[in-house]
Amino acid sequence: MPAHDVLIIGAGLAGQRAALAAAQEGASVAIMSKVHPVRSHSVAAAGGINAAINVTDDWRSHAYDTVKGSDFLGDQDAIEIMCSEAPAEVMHLEHLGVTFHRNERGELDLRAFGGASMKRTAYVADITGQAILHVLYEQLMKHHETVESYEEWFVTSLIQDEEGRCTGAIARDVRTGAIEVFDAKNVILACGGAGQAYKPTTNGLIVTGDGIALAYRIGAPLMDMEMVQYHPTCLVESGILITEGARGEGAHLLNKDGERFMEKSAPNKMELASRDVVSRAEQIEINEGRGVGPRGEGIYLDVTVVPRKRTLEALREIVNLGRDFAGVDITREPITIRPGQHYIMGGVKTDVDGRTPIEGLYAAGEVACVSVHGGNRLGANSLLDTLIFGRRAGEHAARRASTMAMPSAGRARAARDEAMLAGILGREHGGRRVSEIKDELGRTMNEQVAVFRDESGLREALATVTRLREESDSAWVDDRGTVFNQDVLGAMELGFMLDCAEAIVLGAIERKESRGAQYRTDFPERNDEEWLKHIDISRDGDGEPRIGYSPVTITQWQPEERKY
Amino acid sequence: MAQMADVHRPPESFKLRLRRYDPESGDAPYWDEHTVALEPHRSVLEAILQARDKSDGSIAIRCSCRQAICGSCGVRINGEPGLACHTHLEDARAGAGADGAIEVEPMGNMPVIKDLIVDMDAVHWKKVRRVTPWLLPSEPAPEREYIVSKESMVDVTQTMACIQCGACVSDCLAMEVDPGFIGPAALAKAYRFVGDPRDQQQRERLLDLAQDPQGIYDCTHCFKCVEACPKDVNPMGQIMRLRRIAGTDQRIVDRNNGERHEAALTTLVRDFGLLHEAELPPRSYGGNSWFGKFHPAAAKELVSLLPTAAKAIGRRKIGVKQALFGHKLAKQDLDAVKRIYEKVESRPERYELNLYVSGVDEEVEPATAAASSEEVAS
Repeated sequence: MPAHDVLIIGAGLAGQRAALAAAQEGASVAIMSKVHPVRSHSVAAAGGINAAINVTDDWRSHAYDTVKGSDFLGDQDAIEIMCSEAPAEVMHLEHLGVTFHRNERGELDLRAFGGASMKRTAYVADITGQAILHVLYEQLMKHHETVESYEEWFVTSLIQDEEGRCTGAIARDVRTGAIEVFDAKNVILACGGAGQAYKPTTNGLIVTGDGIALAYRIGAPLMDMEMVQYHPTCLVESGILITEGARGEGAHLLNKDGERFMEKSAPNKMELASRDVVSRAEQIEINEGRGVGPRGEGIYLDVTVVPRKRTLEALREIVNLGRDFAGVDITREPITIRPGQHYIMGGVKTDVDGRTPIEGLYAAGEVACVSVHGGNRLGANSLLDTLIFGRRAGEHAARRASTMAMPSAGRARAARDEAMLAGILGREHGGRRVSEIKDELGRTMNEQVAVFRDESGLREALATVTRLREESDSAWVDDRGTVFNQDVLGAMELGFMLDCAEAIVLGAIERKESRGAQYRTDFPERNDEEWLKHIDISRDGDGEPRIGYSPVTITQWQPEERKY
Repeated sequence: MAQMADVHRPPESFKLRLRRYDPESGDAPYWDEHTVALEPHRSVLEAILQARDKSDGSIAIRCSCRQAICGSCGVRINGEPGLACHTHLEDARAGAGADGAIEVEPMGNMPVIKDLIVDMDAVHWKKVRRVTPWLLPSEPAPEREYIVSKESMVDVTQTMACIQCGACVSDCLAMEVDPGFIGPAALAKAYRFVGDPRDQQQRERLLDLAQDPQGIYDCTHCFKCVEACPKDVNPMGQIMRLRRIAGTDQRIVDRNNGERHEAALTTLVRDFGLLHEAELPPRSYGGNSWFGKFHPAAAKELVSLLPTAAKAIGRRKIGVKQALFGHKLAKQDLDAVKRIYEKVESRPERYELNLYVSGVDEEVEPATAAASSEEVAS
């Protein structure tokens, strides 16, 4: 049976960074992903990575912007760590080979991004996530002797010992269908968000909340799950993302009257206010009949005001996306966009070293909630989050491993998961298809747990999620094989997404105020007195979800009114 | 203002013909047909997923992002390699056979695991690992960033933009003949380091890739990879750049004599306007002089080529006179060829075609077109 000091589940930026850091500390490391590492959804991060590297900048300014962007729900100790360690991390990436674009002096160039008080976003054209992910994978290839890589392995459950510690994971080899027990002194979850619980979403088809649900199922608390980010610029039909870098380079948002409507809600920052503010402003224009397009459900993003040469050099990917997925040449005409589900600020609750309250279980990246994003994440802070806390989790887990003996769960532990998968394969063709349930879940979440929310809509959503969960118990699959049986894994992913949706809706019902991405039309004001706190949701095994609270850590910035 | 011409077009019926293979059944691969209803500007991937969601959940394809960035869904559509998510249904139907069915098959040059899924690791990733795919910078690293030119980073971004989808590997003709060929994707990756001014092993990398008989001189310029690439990485162009840097800048003489062969071809075209076949081997060995014919290796090569020459003459591919004395071009045509050479060679720096630097195709200057025609000729 494979056994490792540190087992990392997920091979996007957080996972790869954790693996390299843990290996550097001398631990025996394995990194496991249900897809090849470079297919991880970090690849889609476009705009850049924030760091106060300009000599006139200060990490405290970055931290304040992040705190304000979070609508004061972010934990300031964690934000201070992220922002103060950011410059060194970006330089580390540069030294590893990331091809960051340069200014005329040959130094790292910086672009403007939403919610930031100065230009502090380092970038590689508009493929920054891809460039960093591929460069980290280069490093994994370089260090193949110290980091074991399990590519295309699907984790079915986490292992706990009798004291409740996490001591490994059960996984299925996608290529062969074999189930294996992986013992580990520490497990780091780094498998991303849960965007596929929404439809449409900017997130890839693989982003199904696996890690959040795996942790939830063994009793780890989830925090701030109601905080779901809608990105202001997504293609109307497909939900495909148009990077915030477009607005960073100067693009305008226009309603059907050609008005730059951001003047009304963010007269100073205009299009570069934080994402929750811009998405709400757009949704108001659409709801009040000033949207564009045949159904008035879009907004114009006008990139033609950016010099064409600059667009081709720095926004080349969205030139292609506009051409290929909307039939629009963005250098010559505006493109129609609208807010779309993009990111989940909430996740598995961790401390600043990635530790969850379950001993031996760590989380980093979108799967985790440290919390550095609070109620709303700033653009170009997600890559930073994955790298800083991926590294810190990797280092901490490696050090912890050096003090303990290797656990052994025994081969028999796999039987439960084998039986569960056999159970799915054996279901009669009678109920609904997995794909139908997933579709209904996504549409429900996007209608009722979106930019604007209210009690009755959320209650309906909860009832739907509960019903879909019952239906999912009898959802059947066609594929009865073992090799690349994506059908049966899809049924498991549906279960993960339903768990995440349950926590998201419960959190949204619980938080009776408007803060960051949570806007309740029935409670339209922020209420610091009662709700300046995190909402924690946890359950044991198959038990009922319980709601708890934890305080927000405030170090130097007291909550104040948020204006852009 | 933007026209929403492509939105809200009514769904149409599309016929898909998928190449299926189940390794557990013991049966041979077979064709499986599905009919889907989707708007014509939707992608082939969406059509496959609709078939999978609505009628047969066992259809296997790797996919995630749906926007041509994760590189998972490389397939062959109507025989041409590409990404399923990046191909519109109406375009695919226009390229389909007589019955209008869109044929989707797994990529080539890699073993099929199941349905549309191939073993990328056995071929593609193995080749990527072959080119030492990580930066080898000077040590110790500076406190802040390495200072390098703006243009150099924009330049390597073109190869950094490779999403490792394997479309170029799928249809590489050289790899079909020589499976050991390092191939377009891995060599484009190699350029990403050779072209990166932070890398300190440029010469070692080029020596390695030039002297490997399955390295940069194994490419046969068929342009398949250029056409296949969904991200404009231009793999063949990167291979040619590696050759130019290896040969012209670093004066690396490779085992297959590829660099001198290429130089001989270029000068012959300059002097004769067309390739002078009989002169090629001596010049390839002896350089650009009359005495080159008497280079011992050239003589050996010439003798070994005699049967080939005889065959070509026998099949009337070439006349005896042409073979010995070369082609005669009209003076004005020859002058036109010379002018292209003068224009290209008079540039202070070599002009490299890079879409991130030069913009889109229609904006490419005529001089660049001339530079790339040199690649065509060689």
